[in-house]
Amino acid sequence: MSVVSEPALASAGAPVRRGSGYLRFAATRVAGSLGSLAFLLVLNFFLFRVLPGDPARTLGRGRFTTQEQLDAFNAAYGLDQPMLQQFVTYLRTTLHGDLGISLKYRVPVTELIADRIGPTLLLVGTSTVLAAVIGIWLGVHSAWRHGSRFDRFATGSSLTLYSMPEWWLGLLLIVVLAVGVGPVPGLFPTGGLHSVDVDVWSFAGVLDTAWHLVLPVATLTLAYLADYAMVMRSSLLDEIGADYLTTARATGLREAQVRNRHAVRNALLPTTTVVALNIGFIVTGAITVETVFSIPGLGLLATEALSVPDYWVLQGTFLVSATAVIGLNLVANLVYGLLDPRVRA
Amino acid sequence: MSAPTLTPGALARRRRAESWRRGWSEFRTHRSGLVGLGVLVVFVLVALLAPVLADSDGLSVTKATGGVLEAPSAQYWLGTDDNGRSVLTLLIWGSQVSLMVGLLATVISMGIGTLVGLVSGYFGGVLGQVLFRVTEWVLVLPQLVLAIVLASLFDPSLLVISAVIGVTSWPGTALLIRAQTLSVKERAYLERSRVLGAGHLHLLRRHVLPNVVPMVFANTTLTVAIAILNETTLSFLGLGDPTRVSWGSMLEDAFSVGAITTGSWWYLLPPGLCVVGVVLAFTLVGQALESVLDPRLRGRR
Repeated sequence: MSVVSEPALASAGAPVRRGSGYLRFAATRVAGSLGSLAFLLVLNFFLFRVLPGDPARTLGRGRFTTQEQLDAFNAAYGLDQPMLQQFVTYLRTTLHGDLGISLKYRVPVTELIADRIGPTLLLVGTSTVLAAVIGIWLGVHSAWRHGSRFDRFATGSSLTLYSMPEWWLGLLLIVVLAVGVGPVPGLFPTGGLHSVDVDVWSFAGVLDTAWHLVLPVATLTLAYLADYAMVMRSSLLDEIGADYLTTARATGLREAQVRNRHAVRNALLPTTTVVALNIGFIVTGAITVETVFSIPGLGLLATEALSVPDYWVLQGTFLVSATAVIGLNLVANLVYGLLDPRVRA
Repeated sequence: MSAPTLTPGALARRRRAESWRRGWSEFRTHRSGLVGLGVLVVFVLVALLAPVLADSDGLSVTKATGGVLEAPSAQYWLGTDDNGRSVLTLLIWGSQVSLMVGLLATVISMGIGTLVGLVSGYFGGVLGQVLFRVTEWVLVLPQLVLAIVLASLFDPSLLVISAVIGVTSWPGTALLIRAQTLSVKERAYLERSRVLGAGHLHLLRRHVLPNVVPMVFANTTLTVAIAILNETTLSFLGLGDPTRVSWGSMLEDAFSVGAITTGSWWYLLPPGLCVVGVVLAFTLVGQALESVLDPRLRGRR
């Protein structure tokens, strides 16, 4: 699956340095991520300030009716200065956490993002954990009994879920479980993070929020778990014929012990990294699912910004989500290096 | 015992035909791949025959004949949308856009990916390293988020949406091609060819590319699947071509007119099912091709 980036593939062809330790490995990885960050900063500058030709028009599309307004805007953001100077200013403000002011809300983008990041983390975090646990379980059991009816069912469902736009799955769940079909009444709320009239931090409020999150979390979990199940299945299949399993069986271990203590432990390695490396895909899922369920997170913030279009918010959310992905990627790589000494080479 | 004399060209042709035949008979053993291929043929036929199957007048809002969100009937097999247009007509014409964007985006993505992968794998050195780094940098960026941002900067059209998906989804292909190129590069016959005085262009065209192409081929079908999913999502977010009906734009419309709360399943279900069908078909064909071309995966399924 090409959504899954294989760490082994990424490092293929790198010159082999014998005797290099973990520190050296970590240093190269950190340097790589810093490179990615620098690239992201430059890309962001180009995307929003150079590419459209006239940044004043892009960043404040349709807002400026007079030349004075345009000049004032250009001066305020330093857009009348030479490109290099602009880039330096952009770097300084961005690194100070100044991401501009939202055209729609008239508040700093940084504040908006800080307000909206909570629901996204809650939604994405819960779904990722659930998807990893269920997906890995499915993968282990279908690989161990590959070719069985369970395997065919699990693999078929995984492939179907993988081929499905996650937000469409969300729409279906809303229709069936929130609106209700025919005589079946709606069981869950159709959207929102919580009811308007409850205190979010009270016990009832927490329950209410959990109630509202059931469908979106279910949607994202189903969307994510396909990947984990498929990766786990194929990496366990790689182990299944291995000699050490025959040895383990010969020592008299029960099948479940052979599976859990020996095979799964080795096969988990590639899967753990996929959990973290897939974070880019996870971010995308959050955008569309938050839109469908109107959950006030970063994703909804971004899609609302699309219709204005509120470019300051868009570039801010892009920067924050991409930075998060780069950071988590680094963590995944460092953990992988810790677990598997072979990739340190 | 007289062996027929063959020119080198005829020999090569015969060998190629033989390997195609072997590939096809291997592919035929993958039932899921065959099913996928069948589904694809149906969808492609529907897209090509759209003008025959459904009058293009059915796409016009002003010439609509049905009522608002009418349930399926003998006249409208899949009901009508909020403008009174037949959902079936929209679905048939929508297949054109979804397939076209999917294929165009894939061509762009494959083109960039193959070029970057080949050059960075074959030449190595500073150029190779720089290209490799850039590939890694783009790879870690969240692909669809980047596509959304890019699409929002341009006026939407089919070309823009295809280009946006294409230029954001090539790094995976580039890494695959690079790894493949690196392994081909070290083979002895390349060395021999070099000694005999072959230039870089000749080596790349005659020796490296033909060895890499099968991988590109298998990867292509998987890329189309992802491109179609991307197109659907971008259209759903309102970034598609506003003048063309696609499955994604139908779902956007269904969502915004509240087909969920009115229970108009006929406007919500068919476009999504089509997307799932086509994407699944491409994925199945891709997986079957992969195992045909990569003997290590054989007997896996």
